[in-house]
Amino acid sequence: MTRLAAFGRFLWDFVVGDDWRIAVGVAVALAVTALVAGAGIAAWWLVPVATMLLLAVSVGRATRT
Amino acid sequence: MTGTELGLAVSVFLACAVEAVEALTIVLAVGYSRSWRSSMTGVAAAGLVLAALTAALGPALTALPINVLRVVVGALLLIFGLQWLRKAILRASGLKALHDERQAYERELVAAREAGTVHQGLDAYSFTIAFKGVLLEGLEVVFIVLTFGANQHNVGLAAAAAGVAVAVVILAGIAVHAPLARVPENTMKFAVGVMLTSFGTFWGAEGAGAHWPGGDAALLVIVPVVLLYALGLVALLRARRAPSPHGEGSEAWRASEDAAPSSEEAIIGT
Repeated sequence: MTRLAAFGRFLWDFVVGDDWRIAVGVAVALAVTALVAGAGIAAWWLVPVATMLLLAVSVGRATRT
Repeated sequence: MTGTELGLAVSVFLACAVEAVEALTIVLAVGYSRSWRSSMTGVAAAGLVLAALTAALGPALTALPINVLRVVVGALLLIFGLQWLRKAILRASGLKALHDERQAYERELVAAREAGTVHQGLDAYSFTIAFKGVLLEGLEVVFIVLTFGANQHNVGLAAAAAGVAVAVVILAGIAVHAPLARVPENTMKFAVGVMLTSFGTFWGAEGAGAHWPGGDAALLVIVPVVLLYALGLVALLRARRAPSPHGEGSEAWRASEDAAPSSEEAIIGT
């Protein structure tokens, strides 16, 4: 169990990294893109805008802490 | 070679070179201070594990439906790319200490010497440290090789770019007999972050069902836009860090002064 937990922690650190908000933001951005594109509306701009916002917010948070 | 394939090869080469430089520092430290034979055995074992992972996961990934593959790979590349870029921006703007291979080497040397006597035959300490160092640094490379390679259905090209990067770093290490402290690591990490974020944006949106204006040519716009945006953030952070005309800055900014390199050091990543 301890090894499993350690592996889980390693996997979390490896994939999610220092700021979990980036992972959540990316998932939300892609889900919204899928919904908007599914409705037949141009959605290509959503991911770049979300990416820029996520980067700015994450860097901003890092500078404050 | 198409533009996308070139982007793939360059991204994998840079990412792999950076990770290989960091792994080389660890291996050199345990090799010089304890046992070359044991540390090289650790390197070989880690290399085998990484090669097996690539060989096993590569075909599994390429068997996924293209849109599923693109949205999964796009999401992972975006998460990875944004993390790399975030750290590189903080380092380039002087808010995070640059990675110093010389210091890392000294730390590893001290730890290795304090780890007790060197055992005859296989020295467990040297083996474990070299194995873990190469495996952990290599996992990110395997991830990048697999995601880029599978999406382009060209894992071979990605693996070849990674192999060339490792070979170049090993040859450079043999030539200088020291950690590669003068490699501009932050600049390389900045470039990798830009590429991972750009390709992640492109593939993620495409996999989610969006259609890029201009198709693949959109990447020629996305990459420079991400680069300029990241450089803009660095410039903004540096401007905020700069002391006011009255010689006073905020406590938070001044608190990071000790670790802050000069702007020239930051941009070349030395």
